[in-house]
Amino acid sequence: MAEFMSLSAAVEQHLRDGQSVAMEGFTHLIPYAAGHEVIRQGKRELTIIRMTPDILYDQLIGMGLVRKMVFSWGGNPGVGSLHRMRDAVENGFPQRLDLEEHSHAAMANAYEAGAANLPFAVFRGYKGVDLPKVNPNIRSVTCPYTGEVLATVPAIRPDVAIIHALRADRQGNVLLEGIVGVQKEAVLAARSSIVTVEEIVDDFGPRSANAVILPRWTIGAIVHVPGGAYPSYAHGYYKRANAFYIGWDAIARERETFAAWMKANVLEASADSFAGLAFGAGQSA
Amino acid sequence: MSYSPTEIMTIVASRFLRTSDICFVGIGAPSAACNLARLTHAPGITLIYESGTLGTRPDVLPLSIGDGELCDTALTTVSVPEMFRYWLQGGRITLGFLGGAQIDCFGNLNTTVVGDYANPKVRLPGGGGAPEIASSCGEVFIIMAMNPRAFMAKLPFITSMGHGAGKGSREALGLSTKGPTRLITDLCLFEPDPETSELIVTAIHPGVTREMIQAQCGWPVHYAAQVGLTPAPTDNELAVLRDLQARTKQAHAA
Repeated sequence: MAEFMSLSAAVEQHLRDGQSVAMEGFTHLIPYAAGHEVIRQGKRELTIIRMTPDILYDQLIGMGLVRKMVFSWGGNPGVGSLHRMRDAVENGFPQRLDLEEHSHAAMANAYEAGAANLPFAVFRGYKGVDLPKVNPNIRSVTCPYTGEVLATVPAIRPDVAIIHALRADRQGNVLLEGIVGVQKEAVLAARSSIVTVEEIVDDFGPRSANAVILPRWTIGAIVHVPGGAYPSYAHGYYKRANAFYIGWDAIARERETFAAWMKANVLEASADSFAGLAFGAGQSA
Repeated sequence: MSYSPTEIMTIVASRFLRTSDICFVGIGAPSAACNLARLTHAPGITLIYESGTLGTRPDVLPLSIGDGELCDTALTTVSVPEMFRYWLQGGRITLGFLGGAQIDCFGNLNTTVVGDYANPKVRLPGGGGAPEIASSCGEVFIIMAMNPRAFMAKLPFITSMGHGAGKGSREALGLSTKGPTRLITDLCLFEPDPETSELIVTAIHPGVTREMIQAQCGWPVHYAAQVGLTPAPTDNELAVLRDLQARTKQAHAA
């Protein structure tokens, strides 16, 4: 049942060293503030799961907190590489990073299977490609009705899902709109969840009957963090800080500039100070 | 008007898009070409980005696949599992438009690793939506600038399948979709040879020679019996593209 708490308490109570965690968000609503709190608390040996790991996961990897990443596309979209992820994979710095790599279709299906309490996902995919040769979790099943051979991947069942949403009401129900990604599936597939929100309202007010709402009894902790998705965006609250994403490339390219940036902006900063940049004028990296 | 190699590549690609296409758009060059088509000769084209936006009409190009601009201007936005299950796997998309880091002569693409998978020389972003875009869309266009390190005789890794090892490879895997039907580059246009499915040059851009093409390609380039000359970009095509790029640059700097 959703419990309102501080960001530090939510991360402390819900995520332990060695667990698997999915901090989802598809360009939109990436839970930066919560991810930074995970970094500040120095949670270690994590398995991080996400379809589109971007800067936040680059930061977790660069800080040496990650043992394994399950993913389907790891880059700084429209800009280039994740340099900290590359340093870990190519040079083992700051530590070796195991990869479990899929396609988007596979991971989307795997989250849905997790939410549906199924052991695996079945779909038509991975035809004529090399990923099945390097990922033993990509297997197949023969359709009992048609004989067609279909791809399978295990359901994703994270220990913890962390997402950022637009609003919670005072009962702890959560609303997402816009590009909703796989966040609903991630929360329903996970054993526990932390949701940061832009705003807490008395009532959601007029809305589509089909809006994406996660009822309070599906959520672990709710934390009010305005700007908590910055430098990604929260639909109707603030836009994506594309200039930050472009500027990140130079920061993350070298180990020293990365470490200095993390120290100044995450380790020695509060969640509010970084998230507050969402509402600053023209702030960038 | 003079133009750059990237501009003619984008403009040539846009010309092949039809107003009736239901197009799954990759980020970067495919996105530029698709929106140029929408703003010129193909106003009715349906653009779909894997973030879940169906029928989007962005005023500026997205930097990422899920920029708010795509959702704000979309007919509707669905969840990512729905996008991949109902719309892509469901066979609703007529055209997939991809870029890549490396390609071979059968249109197979690598965006995963350079070197050995377990100990890569360069770790690339990975496949994302591409493996299933390449197999599920009715046909596939690929847009890539030529360079001998990108146009390779043998790929270190196949991220998404084109024509596999040649004619019949797709059918042998049970695929009924066409695979890559056009590879648009900054120097020329490739299309599959009807006999072998190898990508052969069918048109050359103005001012480009066969020697220039071969110098940028790691496999022995073959040519169609009749090789066309690409019409130069028109003033209108260049003006609309530059306008779009300028708006985009301004928006991304903010």
